[in-house]
Amino acid sequence: MLADARHIAVGVSSPLPASAALLAKHRSGGALRVSILGDPSNTFWSDGGKELFDCAAQGRVDAFFFSGAQIDGQGNINLVGIGDHPRAKVRFGGSYGSAFLYYMVPKIILFRPDHDPRVLVPKVDFVSAAGTSPPGVWRRGGPYALVTGKAVFMFNRDRGRFRLVSVHGGATPEEVRDATGFDFDEENEVIDTPPPDETTLSLIRGTIGKEISMTYPDFARRTLGVAV
Amino acid sequence: MRYPAALRQDLGNIIAVTIWTTVEDLAERIPDGARVALIRDGCGIAMAVTYALIRRKARDLRLVNMPTGGMQTDLLIGAGCAVELETSGVSLGEYGPAPRFAAAVTSGSLAIKEATCPAIHAGLQASEKGAPFMPLRGILGSDIVRVRHDWRTIDNPLGDGGDPLVVIPAIAPDIALFHCQMADDEGNVWVGRERDLVTMAHAAATTLVSVEERYDGNLFADPALAAGTLSSFYVSAIAPCPQGSLPLSFAGHYEGDVEALRAYATAARTEEGFRTYLAQRVLAGTGP
Repeated sequence: MLADARHIAVGVSSPLPASAALLAKHRSGGALRVSILGDPSNTFWSDGGKELFDCAAQGRVDAFFFSGAQIDGQGNINLVGIGDHPRAKVRFGGSYGSAFLYYMVPKIILFRPDHDPRVLVPKVDFVSAAGTSPPGVWRRGGPYALVTGKAVFMFNRDRGRFRLVSVHGGATPEEVRDATGFDFDEENEVIDTPPPDETTLSLIRGTIGKEISMTYPDFARRTLGVAV
Repeated sequence: MRYPAALRQDLGNIIAVTIWTTVEDLAERIPDGARVALIRDGCGIAMAVTYALIRRKARDLRLVNMPTGGMQTDLLIGAGCAVELETSGVSLGEYGPAPRFAAAVTSGSLAIKEATCPAIHAGLQASEKGAPFMPLRGILGSDIVRVRHDWRTIDNPLGDGGDPLVVIPAIAPDIALFHCQMADDEGNVWVGRERDLVTMAHAAATTLVSVEERYDGNLFADPALAAGTLSSFYVSAIAPCPQGSLPLSFAGHYEGDVEALRAYATAARTEEGFRTYLAQRVLAGTGP
């Protein structure tokens, strides 16, 4: 998904995407630039935090990642709360840059390790960032894919729907459907997600793990098994 | 509209001389009801001044996060210092959610002005330019636009009709408050690459700063330092305060106090735990 990107940016609290971005950078042989918020060795900003948004607004960021407390079948994400705003039943941090970056960055990859119908809902309670826009609204970017602990979906912007393309570790499309709160399309042939080969795994656990441990020591130790 | 009387005076009389003072005095210079802009974690949070604000029982503050908040915002809310918060998001980062913020929003005791990061930048930039608003693309279809009654959607006035844009009203804080590496005798402040601090200072009526150390000489005399220097023109008072961001980190200078941050994240999950933390670590001390 990231192979043709020139500049990938990664927001805060995103160790998995940051690892993926660093892997893509490694494979590109240095052609790809990666900006990781919170990692001084992987940020070039000299004009404050606004530089990321200005870069994105000009089309200088090709890929970005978001999670969501809720993600719905139309690609809307909710980072604000469950229940009626403002006095929600459960309140989360807030929308951060999502409402804006969702329009500006061509490939927004949604990630959510736990694949749960309470997260993948028919309709989000609060739209932090809208998955699609009506005709006549200027828009460069939007949801591109949704990666969970069970499956990979691609997003079709014209249809405003996700399409299941692969499942991980022997899961079936039926299992994915049971665990998903929204309706989605299916590829004619849903494949098993190819696992990373030995070389990629050792790269992730070695070079990438060391680099990611500078920003996310806990994640590097627990998830990648890096000694830090 | 609430407006602090002391600040109204300041706005009419540009302060010619920047005063060197104490952390406690900086806290005194933030009147109840003031609209205060605060920088995001790691980039120069004036935590010692925040503790002093809580000790002086500041009330009715209207906080503006540039563009996000963390423990500082959560503490001020939990301690009852704030009535309003404009933010793109509040969290304790790797230590978890911001519990006092969440409790205050869901109980209705804190008025929340939802935003998204570039909208806060744009609002402060509008104020910096003396313009009433700044247009932004994107954002449309987000419920933020629905709940922000002060935002407007207009058709691009330079287009041929259609092409809707969101306009963000200027955000004009009374005070910008932050922490920096150093300031010189004249009150010029070195912000380095943290340019968002410059935007905040330009947008606010006045700026209060705590610094790690005093710089011997004039920061504008060295071209390398001058590029990262905010003029004393914008700054009304500075207080020396080594390690003034602790227990939070200060990027490029020191790491956060992991024990204190973890303790806060755990304690603040309940009102009672928060009160204990406040009593033991904030109200009892004289520093952070």
